[in-house]
Amino acid sequence: MDKNKKTKSIGRPILYIILSLYAIITLIPFLWALSSSFKPLDEIVSGTINFIPKAFTLDNYREIFIQQPLFGRWLFNSLFIATVGTGLNVLFNSMAGYALARLEFAGKKIVFVLVLLVLMIPAQVTLIPNYLILKQLGWLNSYQGMIVPGMVNATFIFMMRQFFINFPKELEESAELDGLSRVGTFFRIVLPLAKPALAAQIIFVFMGFWNNFMQPLIIMSDPEMFTLPLGLNSFKGQYISFWNYIMAASMVFTMPVILIYAFFNRYFIKGVKFTGGK
Amino acid sequence: MRKFGIKSSKLRESSQAYFFLAPTIFTIGVFILLPILYALFLSFHEVQLLGGTKYDFIGIENFLNVVDDHRALIALRNTMKYVLIVVPSQTALALILAATLNAGLKGQTFFRIIYFLPTLTSSAVLTLIFMWMYNQNGLINHALEFIGLPTYNWIGDPQIALIAIMIMNIWSTAPFFMTIYLAALQDIPDSLYEAASLDGATAFQKFWYITVPSLRPVTSFVMIIGIIGTFQLFDQSYIFSGGSGGPDNSTLTVVLLIYQYAFKSMGTMGYAAALAFALAIFILIATFIQRKLSKEESLY
Repeated sequence: MDKNKKTKSIGRPILYIILSLYAIITLIPFLWALSSSFKPLDEIVSGTINFIPKAFTLDNYREIFIQQPLFGRWLFNSLFIATVGTGLNVLFNSMAGYALARLEFAGKKIVFVLVLLVLMIPAQVTLIPNYLILKQLGWLNSYQGMIVPGMVNATFIFMMRQFFINFPKELEESAELDGLSRVGTFFRIVLPLAKPALAAQIIFVFMGFWNNFMQPLIIMSDPEMFTLPLGLNSFKGQYISFWNYIMAASMVFTMPVILIYAFFNRYFIKGVKFTGGK
Repeated sequence: MRKFGIKSSKLRESSQAYFFLAPTIFTIGVFILLPILYALFLSFHEVQLLGGTKYDFIGIENFLNVVDDHRALIALRNTMKYVLIVVPSQTALALILAATLNAGLKGQTFFRIIYFLPTLTSSAVLTLIFMWMYNQNGLINHALEFIGLPTYNWIGDPQIALIAIMIMNIWSTAPFFMTIYLAALQDIPDSLYEAASLDGATAFQKFWYITVPSLRPVTSFVMIIGIIGTFQLFDQSYIFSGGSGGPDNSTLTVVLLIYQYAFKSMGTMGYAAALAFALAIFILIATFIQRKLSKEESLY
């Protein structure tokens, strides 16, 4: 990827201009939001365009937790659902991908087609019946209502299957000679070596749970059970002109994903290369 | 004896496989397959949710009602407009960014990290940030005024609101597709470019005659994913309009309409299920057409 190739001609400055321009276009909304989150209300409503706050303040970040006592709870709900959901996904998708890649069993084709089918069904079809099923189970306004329906992901089952097909067989064979069972081999030998593929999965599944707006909108009606996107939306309704608060809340909400990305990024690039090799 | 041994080891492998697959089969069964059948059932019934759930069989009436539902037609028109503008724009932007980024310049990683920020950020946060920038007295109008362009009421004007969402989403999804293009660009053999250089091709000619055709399969993949994603527009419209699809139904999308019929009005849940089925069929058809078109193109 870092090979120096192709264009080595006059176009270089133009390319840099394009890249820098687009970097600025990408960054401006974030910088503007960050800057607004450090401004007092009167500076917000004055409508002046200054990226560096005139009266820098951290009050907004304190006020959102005071004005909206549930804000901490929403943060916890989101973290809990995303963390548990991601953990289960990593485990279950890898297990399923491994079975589909390595094991021979009756009904393998059917299971494989089933997973394929899931990839093609738009989520809207299952939206309404899922609500009714969760209602029947008494799982509305619950963590399991968010986590259990999303604890496997067909896309990543495929990705893991692909990964394990390319995985060297010798390691498993020698583990078997050492007397480890299939299940033991998977958990002790195979899974720890699958880190790059797992990292990509962790980032995308965590983001999926963390950013999901529609599912909690439908199943969480009790404000105590709101996740952050939902809380943020209701917060916007209550404090419609308090953009300093809304932006501070938005920044708090964005940080965890950026941290996860920063942490897993180096594995992640390798993981994506793996999927690119299909 | 030996035969029996083989059989039991096969049996053991099967049971191990089903141990590995149990959570997947359970989840797909209960939360995907069962719901699909349930949705089919719902779409032929009128559903009342008062206390218990009550179903009245009404045949295909739900599907017939779509034709007379003028809000459904508005939602469909908005969604189509959105798909037709956003998908080509974000694909073109993604391709241009990827090709530029792949030119072997220094600082590539730096740009990649910046470009990836919108992908990491939730739709709710992005929508709020853009609503703040789209404010009458906000950053975007100030910038337009500064360079002498007309300003708009981005959120309140029915002529503009959907365009405001389009701009936001092209901006936020193009970088994700860029990363897919970037991976594919690694697979184009250098020899093609070298040969073109020997023939005196310009950078633009190389882009147009080598890069673009080589990436055709990826482009069709990106378009399909784009079509599926844009047909399902919901979060941004919901937050932008406070759930109403306003102003004047201008940000009403098919999924937002399904949501409203299913959860915000009484007795229309069956109708919403029928609409969801119609949408799914629409998406599948669009996907097949796109796949077919891109296959024919690749014959050239």
